[in-house]
Amino acid sequence: MNIRHRRAVTAAAAVGLLPLLAACSGDDAPAGTTSSSPTGDAPLSGTVTLVTHDSFALSDGLLESFEQETGLEVEQVAAGDAGTLVNQLVLTADSPLGDVVFGVDNTFASRAVEAGVFEPYTPADLDPSVTALVGEGLEGLTPIDQGDVCLNVDTAWFDAEGVEPPSTFEDLLDPAYRDLTVVANPATSSPGFAMLLATVAAFGEDGFEQYWTDLGANGLKVTEGWSDAYYVDFSGAGEGGQRPVVLSYATSPAFTVTEDGDATTTAALLGTCFRQVEFAGVLAGTDNPEGAKALVDFLASADVQADVPANMYMYPADATVELPAEWAQFAPQADEPFDVAPADVAAHRDEWIQQWTTAVIG
Amino acid sequence: MEVRLSRSPRAGRLPRPGAGAWLGWALAAGLPLLFLGVFFAWPVVTLVGQGFLVDDGAGGRTPDLSGFAEVLSQERTWRVVGQTLAQAAAGTVLSVLLGLPGAYVLYRCRFPGRALVRGLVTVPFVLPTVVVGVAFRAVLAPTGPLGFLGLEESFVAIVAALVFFNYSVVVRTVGGLWERLDPRAEEAARALGATPWRAFRTVTLPALGPAVASAAAVVFLFCATAFGVVLVLGGMRYGTIETEIWIRTTQFLDLRSAAVLSVLQLVVVSAALLVSSRLRARREAALHLTSDRSAAHRWRATAADVVPTLVTVVVVAGLIVLPLAGLVARSFRGPDGSWGVDNYVALGTTGGRNALSVTVWEALGHSLRTALLAAAIAVVVGGLVALVVSRRPRSPGLRRAVGGLDALFMLPLGVSAVTVGFGFLLTLDRPLGLDVDLRTSGLLVPIAQAVVAVPLVVRTVLPVLRAIDPRLREAAATLGAPPGRVLGTVDVPLAARSLGLAVGFAFAVSLGEFGATSFLARPDTATLPVVIYRLIGLPGAENYGMALAASVVLAVLTAGVMMVAERLRGDAGGGEF
Repeated sequence: MNIRHRRAVTAAAAVGLLPLLAACSGDDAPAGTTSSSPTGDAPLSGTVTLVTHDSFALSDGLLESFEQETGLEVEQVAAGDAGTLVNQLVLTADSPLGDVVFGVDNTFASRAVEAGVFEPYTPADLDPSVTALVGEGLEGLTPIDQGDVCLNVDTAWFDAEGVEPPSTFEDLLDPAYRDLTVVANPATSSPGFAMLLATVAAFGEDGFEQYWTDLGANGLKVTEGWSDAYYVDFSGAGEGGQRPVVLSYATSPAFTVTEDGDATTTAALLGTCFRQVEFAGVLAGTDNPEGAKALVDFLASADVQADVPANMYMYPADATVELPAEWAQFAPQADEPFDVAPADVAAHRDEWIQQWTTAVIG
Repeated sequence: MEVRLSRSPRAGRLPRPGAGAWLGWALAAGLPLLFLGVFFAWPVVTLVGQGFLVDDGAGGRTPDLSGFAEVLSQERTWRVVGQTLAQAAAGTVLSVLLGLPGAYVLYRCRFPGRALVRGLVTVPFVLPTVVVGVAFRAVLAPTGPLGFLGLEESFVAIVAALVFFNYSVVVRTVGGLWERLDPRAEEAARALGATPWRAFRTVTLPALGPAVASAAAVVFLFCATAFGVVLVLGGMRYGTIETEIWIRTTQFLDLRSAAVLSVLQLVVVSAALLVSSRLRARREAALHLTSDRSAAHRWRATAADVVPTLVTVVVVAGLIVLPLAGLVARSFRGPDGSWGVDNYVALGTTGGRNALSVTVWEALGHSLRTALLAAAIAVVVGGLVALVVSRRPRSPGLRRAVGGLDALFMLPLGVSAVTVGFGFLLTLDRPLGLDVDLRTSGLLVPIAQAVVAVPLVVRTVLPVLRAIDPRLREAAATLGAPPGRVLGTVDVPLAARSLGLAVGFAFAVSLGEFGATSFLARPDTATLPVVIYRLIGLPGAENYGMALAASVVLAVLTAGVMMVAERLRGDAGGGEF
């Protein structure tokens, strides 16, 4: 397909013809048996390029067996972190980098949807737990995995000090927890931004700034990214850090399990979580729409869903899939994570980060 | 006795070249220009241009420069510019002041273990910034060994890290020329009663001027555009133009203000290049170069050797070995605090919980292949540029053109990797009518790395090429040697030593490059730095341990490559002049 043709497709998307295009390309047909390709039942063939962030991984052989079953050849392109990935997709909307994207999350997806990056497509027979994760305005994307960003505490530290660990955002304002918390900067790190969103949901658009000002006054420390908060400042990482409260993930306690496997030395504060959902989607202007759909079906399939925890450190989108024993025991998800509508995130991202910067950095 | 820093009025002038020679020079200049144009200028101009175009509402785009007024009127912008300049200036001055004694000790003196130390000082240059950032923070954190200094999140911490990264640039660029410098001029000055210090100041330092200016320019550009380490060590408080561009591009997709900042950065960079080229031009002189074997002397317990040695020992031990030793020590510790090689054994796997899609050793293989290709491209392109730029043609217009070419090839060091990386996406979809989407081709990674390495190759080779007494070439030409022969018998052998360094440098840059690579890498051919970033970004003590072990492997490999590169060219540059 030449560039001109691709432009035409994108233009069509821009004026709202996308649902039409999607419908006539066999939205609901299961992978491999789609009947809408011009050649009827011709098997899938050619190359499908999967554009993804640098955290994508599957167990050995999984992708290969998909290739064997379908006759497709899958190529991967990694485009940096999640934010970088989305912005690259937006910039290249006229001439997409590939056919399928995986790794656009609910804090960035609206921006890409607005830019007409996707061709809506949803695999048939998704479990209701999966469809429940599709946020407003993100219809046409397929949830593949999810994870909660939450504050974590070093329970051993609190035991040793004889202090009750905090459990809510408000608790952290208590002078008893002065100088104990370290978080990552929302402007430079995706967990940092997730926590900012959780506080927007918790305290409202008018209240979150005050919360952060108060948190700053109570000795909050901010690092550039998750890894230096966790490995340098957090006391529970075993690297000599000083602060027993850190911004991390609900799954992190599964990685601090004691030698005997009976207990973990850290805990996630499940009342402080924001749920990140990562989506896969077909890129508008793909050269191989049938192959692209088959690949999305594959990512949503039971095999890949079961593979997600071990390889991507996230929960599968499908709640019926069995979890690793350590996760089931030590890393439960939040019952009621905080939530902000994707469209609101897209509309206010810059403004909120600026407000945060003013409140915390000054 | 006359001090033989020859400044013959005809310096640099060659016999009038024939048509064949003209064609040769045109090709030598044209190929690098094409390379730079396609893989640097075009992408950057396109992306920056996007920032200055807005939708006019009718499907077209119109230019809009109002972003300038907006961004330039923000107080933050000027604070960031000020911080960029202050950090870069402090980092450059310190790197040069500390690097000069280092260059003397490591290139002018002979002592056992010299090659090892030379390899060691290059290690920081390639270490992933996130690892260095974490290592530095661990040293400076309140609980760390230097925590009592209270330097966490300070200007001093950032400058120290900048010197850590760039010390070797000064040592090697200056050292490369210094060890070829004919010692007789300085000996003559000493024989006439000058103190070692005076002889150094009046004879050696002016001769080293071009190399010092070269190194300072490179270091300034590296410091001004330092990104990861500034973010990790300084947070938002010490943002630079580069970190602002990165945030506004990758997080906000605010191409408009990113474009304004890119132009601002270009102004700063061009100013720095202008100053540096003025400095070089004033000091440029043909020097008496000699084979290294006669120039370096065995280390002596004299003040002239002891003082620079002490400075070097303090710098190398305190600034380089201390953070590195912490890294190495930690890499031998297991999650439970016990000592062992578990982290290294794990490098043959894809991580404790399958963190990676390739093993670290496989990633190392990808890194080596990519770096070899990148170094080859960089040396060809950079070598040609250095060759062309080293000539001083008779016509003033041509001379200016040559000077412009020199500055042009420094620019990749001064432009944000994000700008280049995003620019690639906009331009390399079937570039020049070729039916290949270069954006997703595996070839783009080595090319992107070569773009960054070319300026280093030029800056390493050029001071030596320029220092070659043109009378040597004239003599060869007078004796009937065609231009190619002159190159082969005069320039190449004399430049071979610095070319060896340049190969090593280019290879090292490619091994450590992360910025552009992270945009372009394919997961199944991930390079070592990409894998290290991934590991350190995941929970789990095993992954952290693996990341550190992989960093140590990268460090050892780099030191080894630099040592081999120096050894390879060691005797090849032979011939006494």
